[in-house]
Formats: sequence, structure tokens, C-alpha cells
Amino acid sequence: MPAPLPVPPMTAALRPDTEDAVVAAVADALADDAVLEIVGRGTKRGLGHAVRARRVLDLSALSGIVLYEPEELVLSARAGTTLSDIQAALAERNQALAFEPPDWGPLYGGPARAGTLGGAVAANLSGPARIRSGAARDHVLGLRAVTGRGELVKTGGRVVKNVTGYDLCKLLTGSMGTLAALTEITVKVLPAPEKIRTLLVLGADGAMALAAMETALQSPHDVSGAAHLPAYAAARSAVSYVSGAGASVTALRVEGPAPSVEARCLALKTLLAGFGPLEELHFRNSRTLWAEIGSASLLVRGGDPLWRISVPPTAGPRVGAVLARTLGAEIVADWGGGLLWARVPAALEDAGHASVRAAIARPGGHATLVRANDAVRASVPVFQPPAPGIARLNARIRDGFDPKRILNPGRMGAEP
Amino acid sequence: MKMPEADAGVLARRDAIVRDLRRLVPGEGVIAEEAGRRVYESDGLTAYRQLPLVVVLPEDTEQVSRVLRYCRDNAIKVVPRGAGTSLSGGALPLADGVVLGLAKLNRVLEIDYANRCAVVQPGVANLAISDAVAGAGYYYAPDPSSQVACTIGGNVAENSGGVHCLKYGLTTNNLLGVEMVLMDGEVIRLGGRHLDAGGYDLLGLVTGSEGLLGVVTEVTVRILRRPATARALLMGFPSSEAAGGCVAAVIAAGIVPGGMEMMDRPAIHAAEDFVHAGYPLDVDALLIVELDGPEAEVDHLVARVGEIAGACGAVSVRASETEAERLLFWAGRKAAFPAVGRISPDYYCMDGTIPRHRLPEVLARMAEMSSRYRLRVANVFHAGDGNLHPLILYDANAPGELEAAEAFGAEILTLCVAVGGVLTGEHGVGVEKRDLMGSMFSDTDLAAQQRLKCAFDPDLLLNPGKVFPVLHRCAELGRVHVHRGETRFADLPRF
Ligand SMILES: Cc1cc2nc3c(=O)[nH]c(=O)nc-3n(C[C@H](O)[C@H](O)[C@H](O)COP(=O)(O)OP(=O)(O)OC[C@H]3O[C@@H](n4cnc5c(N)ncnc54)[C@H](O)[C@@H]3O)c2cc1C
Repeated sequence: MPAPLPVPPMTAALRPDTEDAVVAAVADALADDAVLEIVGRGTKRGLGHAVRARRVLDLSALSGIVLYEPEELVLSARAGTTLSDIQAALAERNQALAFEPPDWGPLYGGPARAGTLGGAVAANLSGPARIRSGAARDHVLGLRAVTGRGELVKTGGRVVKNVTGYDLCKLLTGSMGTLAALTEITVKVLPAPEKIRTLLVLGADGAMALAAMETALQSPHDVSGAAHLPAYAAARSAVSYVSGAGASVTALRVEGPAPSVEARCLALKTLLAGFGPLEELHFRNSRTLWAEIGSASLLVRGGDPLWRISVPPTAGPRVGAVLARTLGAEIVADWGGGLLWARVPAALEDAGHASVRAAIARPGGHATLVRANDAVRASVPVFQPPAPGIARLNARIRDGFDPKRILNPGRMGAEP
Repeated sequence: MKMPEADAGVLARRDAIVRDLRRLVPGEGVIAEEAGRRVYESDGLTAYRQLPLVVVLPEDTEQVSRVLRYCRDNAIKVVPRGAGTSLSGGALPLADGVVLGLAKLNRVLEIDYANRCAVVQPGVANLAISDAVAGAGYYYAPDPSSQVACTIGGNVAENSGGVHCLKYGLTTNNLLGVEMVLMDGEVIRLGGRHLDAGGYDLLGLVTGSEGLLGVVTEVTVRILRRPATARALLMGFPSSEAAGGCVAAVIAAGIVPGGMEMMDRPAIHAAEDFVHAGYPLDVDALLIVELDGPEAEVDHLVARVGEIAGACGAVSVRASETEAERLLFWAGRKAAFPAVGRISPDYYCMDGTIPRHRLPEVLARMAEMSSRYRLRVANVFHAGDGNLHPLILYDANAPGELEAAEAFGAEILTLCVAVGGVLTGEHGVGVEKRDLMGSMFSDTDLAAQQRLKCAFDPDLLLNPGKVFPVLHRCAELGRVHVHRGETRFADLPRF
């Protein structure tokens, strides 16, 4: 069990159970010049900078599925509904959230399966399927939210195709509660795959691993996951084929109707035969492995800082190698090389911030210090520092939604 | 249609402005004479026309930046324009505004197969991207029917869709990055060749912003491997209820087709008369379902969809056996607009989206409106995602018919909103649906949106008169109104 990370204590908690009460809570904060820390069930309080707020707006009581129409592929739920409740309701109808929200609760020393839909959307979560099916941002159809002006706004709708007005759904998704408190969320849902298989290429490293992933992703076989685990990470997997490999593992996932999955798996085997010995995982083992990859659990040990870095896929191995060499980082690559999870030693004063930012400066991308203790997060920017022009725009956008900076101030970095 | 009042000072300075612009964009890039400007007086929504002050066709980002800064400094309005195929009047000029055409920025800059993306200039046509990567077996997924002509810059501005949206998403889901120029001339970059943003998702915000936030000067899109195979089913139903039931049953069976299109009786007949695709003429609804992917998957799903259709009361089911046959099935649907154009002097294309199960009711109400307005209507429908395209048939030369068509259209869109849908699925608000925004959004909702406009363009010079029914001054919108909540938290300590 990783050591829980210190989080500032909550003082007065407001726990509204209606949207009106959320409006009232924010309006009161505005009138009182008080700031609010917004939490769902608090599973990701360790993500971003600590919010020094004396009032906590706890949205966990604002819960429940409001609408679920499987034939329309749409579900609406109040923001505090847990993802596990939503996933259970979807599973009954053989559907799923296609952005594959990972469970980051344990990363922060909390329980598994506790996160809320509001939290997943506020953090724009995405899992290994990001490369094929998108992130939370791609699945949010509509939102109701209370801005820092204490006003309820709605945006989007319940239909997939909608270009009416600005796409505030995209803007609010990933805004970490700094623009508005989400109260109700409508998402697109999709059929769950009938079959899932994962092909493992054993012992391919660095450029070979990238080439294997590239080959699979450039094939017409519709690969829905492409990750690389160095031997030390593979050894920690709960899937025996992976932990027992005694070598690095490059994992490639296909999913869909049964005959299609079988045919594609076969075709991929032929395509990848030259990269090393192959293994195949079926449904349950696939599920376990990809959940481990999405939640970076193969890298979680103690309280060591953890980075999540998005780069162009071809830059992944180079950036990973640099961080391993200069920081002693452990790396797991996902998204065909485009996503790097890097665990760096706790002894580094800045959690490797300077090296990480420098390593991605040339290829372009962004890095988030997903986990680090309070002291480090107080001194190092957690999110990618924006270019000056973007920072100015961000500040003006924040002026529009939360002019008094009462919602999660500082959570995404120094307040402009 | 009421547009922002023309600035008399700008109109009076026209000659000087043209001279200045010629210095900023040398060569042939400034069109001042009337015949040249005439070409730009409208876009795909031809009912509205306005001669622009002047047209500027820059050749690079630097020129775009100089023109915008100059216009900002001199309080001159700017209307960006791609190919001018907008169906909502998004590129409608202003009498006192510069039309900034991006057509000369038309190069494919780089194709990066290893990272599965392409970097192109905004004036590149949508289809040209797919053409550029076709040799390697790739394509760019969003495929508006206008794809031969419309530009990728226009697609970004409108967040355009196509017939494959349900499975492959709209423009916004296929975009990795843009370079864009703000109204003050500043050049910014959003995204790149990696996925997602580190902070606010400005790329997501800018997509679909209809040219009101900035001018896109470079676009990085994701390219996909072309599916190994594709087959289509052509299925006739005795009623739209039965066809709608089939769509729902396909989805309930866990199948997400590459495309799923419906046509009603008038549309079927117009299309069949025009292209002779072999459509059944004795049915009330026609469904085209395309399955794409690995061959094993497609054959399997074609069989399943055929069974489902039978169970849902289809009176005819044909599955394409060859690529030529698949294309023939599509030919009628793809030619639906021109086909309708043959049976009526003019038609007006609407674009609402509804929750799919409300279709029968919406079609019935539309039939009632059709007899009330005495105007025919034909329907093509992106059935998978609920996006309706009613085509209202009218004759612009018959007194009152255009007005009647517009009123009919507005009533359809209001109905879409009333049944839980939206005003526009892919064509944008533009000027056309601007004054209907209130049916979907409260003043508070619209103010929140307009504050974003203010964040990017505080002087409201970029494409004003579009999207927002009323464009408030930014200072007015910025004020904070403090009023306590009604349900107080009485037990809360006050700090
Ligand atoms: C026959 C026909 C069929 C169509 N079918 C479809 C369809 O299936 N799906 C669909 O979604 N649409 C469809 N459309 C609508 C239209 O083609 C799209 O909206 C298209 O994206 C517009 O591109 P454009 O280059 O013509 O843009 P324009 O019409 O020139 O401009 C559209 C808007 O974008 C802005 N703009 C253009 N370029 C830029 C830029 N570089 N930077 C910033 N703003 C810019 C303009 O100011 C304007 O507001 C169709 C249109 C026609 C005529």
C-alpha cells in the first residue's frame, strides 16, 4: 500500500444535494469573498496544486443517473455519481464508457473504484483506448455547471452531433474545477466489446518496441491499445503471462465482434512474428493488464513522484531514454509511444521538473506531475506551463467564468 | 437579417484602407474592384448577399497577422473565409468589413505516417488531405458532402461532420493542433502532434467557433488507416417508425456502423429519378447502413444487420457484393441535394439534431407544417446520430416563398430543440440560426459564451453578426453581480 500523500485538511464542508444548493453555495462564497475547493469524493485531491480554501464544496451528494437510453447511446448523471455505479448500469446493457477512465484513486493512497463522473470529466481522464476512442473530452455531450459568478450555465445537449454555440463542453472538461462546478454531465456511451485479445511481444526494447507498435498501429487491424512495459514493470503485473515473461513486454490490443477479433489477432501475429516471441491474453487477463497500464499501477511504489507525459509517438522512446538516464526514471509507455508514465526517485528536489520539461521542449507535448508530495507541488508547476500568449488567454477565460478566483484557486498553477 | 451597423467612418476611408492593405499584402492579394468582390458576396446560404468592403487573400501567416493587426488598430471588421460553402452564412461579408480569404494557403506541408498525422494549410480542401495520403492506405475521416470544395480551415471553424461521424467523430475528434492568429495579430499554437492539452482545451474551444475567435493558419489532423473493407446494406421499410426501430435495434445489438443514413419517400424518389441507383420506390423509408473494418468483421455484421432489419419489418434488404454496388447504393444519397434541386427551383437545407427515437413524431409534425406552409419537404437523415437534413422546396421568384421557407425552417428547428435536440448538428449557427439561439440557451448561457468571444477578441471585430443574437460590449459582460443564494447555508461560518 503506498503511503498516503498529505493533503490540506478540509474545514467547513458544504454538501449540496441539489443544483440550486450548488448555485447558492457559490453565490454565498462570492458574497463572502470566500474561496471554494470543489471535490467529488476527493479521490484526486492530490492531482494539481493544493487549494488553500477554508470551504469545501463537496458534490458527492449530488448523485444519481438522470437518464440512460441505451438505444440512443446516451447517459446523463449528476456530477457526484460514482464511475463504478455508472459502469455497473452500463454493463447491464453491454455498454461502456469508451474513453476507458482509469482508476487513479490508489495512486493517491485512496480506495479503488471511488471516483466520480464529475472528477473524471474535470480531469479529462483517458485510458489506453485514447488512441482509438478518445478522451473524456470526446465523449461529453452536454454539461450543466455553476460558474464562479454563481450562475448556472448549460452547454451542449444529449445528441452526438451538435455545433450550436461554442463548445464549452471541451473547455470545461479538463479545467479541474477552475471555471465552474459541474453539476450534471451527459456522455456518449458505446457498446462494450464482445471480445478482447491482447498480443504480447516479448523482449523487444527501445526502437524495436516502437517499431512493433508502429507496425500494429499502421496496419488496418484497428488496434485499441499499444503499450510497452520494460522488464521491471512487466514483472509487477498481476497477469502471470506478463510477470513471468522475464523480459520486456509490448502489448497490443484488439477488440470487437468475436470473429473479427480472432481474424485480426491472427493477422497481427503474422505481422509481428519478426519482433520476438508472442503470447496472447484473453478477456480477463486483458482487462487486468490494461487497467494496470491506465492507472500506472506497475510504477507505483511508495510515494515516489510520477509524471504523465504526452508527446508525438515517435518521440516517446527518445524522451523515455533521456529521463531514464538523467533521472533514473522508470518508464511505462502507452498510446503507441505517445504517452509516457515516468516514476522518478523521491530524492530529486524538483521531481525532475527541469529535465522533464526540457526533454519535451523539442518534440512538443505536455507533462503533468500527476503525483508528488505537497512540498514539491508547492514549488514545481504540476501542469505544463503555457506559452505566454496562451497564458494570457487562459487568464481572460478565467476572468469570464470566475472573475474573483473563488473556484479551486491555484489548482492549475499560479493565478494570473 | 439584421447585421451590425456599418461604420460610416470605415466606409469613407475605403480607398485609404485598400492602399494600406496593398502594402501589407503585395501582388494580386487585394481585390477592390466591384466585379472581383462580387464573387465573395455570399456563401452556400445564397439567400443572403452583401458586397464586402474589400477582399484580401494573404499568402502566409505573417501576412494574415499583419492584416489582422492593421484592422484591429483601425477598428475594421474582418470576415474569414475558406471556400465559402457554409450553409449558415458564416462567411457572409459585411459592408464595412474585410473578407480575409485563406484560399492561397493551400499547401500540404507534411505527412507524418509514423505519427499518423498530416500538417496542412487552412485552404487545403478536405478531400485533398485524403487524396494526399491515399497512396499509403490512409484517409482523413470527417467527410462532409462538400468535401471536394470545402477547406480544412472552414471545417475547423464549423466543426464539420459527415456520414461517418457516429463511428469516427467530427472534426474536433480528429484534430491534433492548429496555428492561429488572434485579432491583435498575435500568432498562437494549440496542440501539436501529441494528444490532448496540458491546460484548458483551447483547441476544443476554437473548433466550431465559426471564425469568431481567430484565423486558423495551419492545421494538424489525425489520419487513419483505411478500413480493409466496406459493405453497405440498402433496406426499404414501410414506415419511418419501422426504419427508426431498425436503427435502434442495430445499436442495441452493439453494432456501430460506419454510416447509417435514412431517406424519406420524397427524397427516395428524387434521388432515384436522378441517379437510378435501384432504390425501391414503394417504401416510405430507406436505410443505408455501411459496415467497415476487417473483412471477417464486415461480413459477420452485414449478416447480423440483415437479420435485424428483417425482424424490424424491412420489405427489401440488399447487401452490396462489389465495391461498385456499394458506391451505387451511396450514389443516390450523395446526390440527394442536387436531385432535390432538379425537382424545385430552390431548396433550403436545414440541419437540426434530435434524439433518434423522436423521429416519427418529428416527421409527422413536419408533414403537417408542409401542408400549412404549402411547401414540399424532403428528408435525408444521418440516422445513426440523429442529424436531420430536411430540404424545404421553394421558388425564390414566387413572392413570399423564401419568407415562408425560412419560417418553415425556423419552426422545424424550434421543434428539434423542443424534443430534446439542437439547432444545428454540423452546419453552424452563422447568421441563419443566430436569432433562434434563445430557444436553446438562456441569456446567462449566452453571456458565458460571449465572454469567451471577449477573451479572444475584446473589440468584437472578428466576424461580428454571426452566432450571437445580440453582441454585448465586453465591459458590460465583465461586471460581477453579487447576490446571495436563496437556500442559504445558515450553519456556515462566515469568513
Ligand atoms: C452541397 C453542400 C454540402 C455540405 N455538406 C456538409 C456535410 O455533409 N457536413 C458538414 O458538416 N457541412 C456540410 N456543408 C457545409 C460546409 O461545407 C462546411 O461548413 C465547411 O466546413 C465550410 O468550409 P469552407 O471552407 O467552405 O468555409 P467557409 O464557408 O468559407 O466559412 C465557414 C466559416 O468558417 C470561417 N472560416 C473559414 N476559414 C477559416 C479559417 N481559416 N480560420 C477561421 N475561420 C475560418 C468563416 O468565417 C465562416 O464562419 C455542405 C455545404 C454544401 C454547399
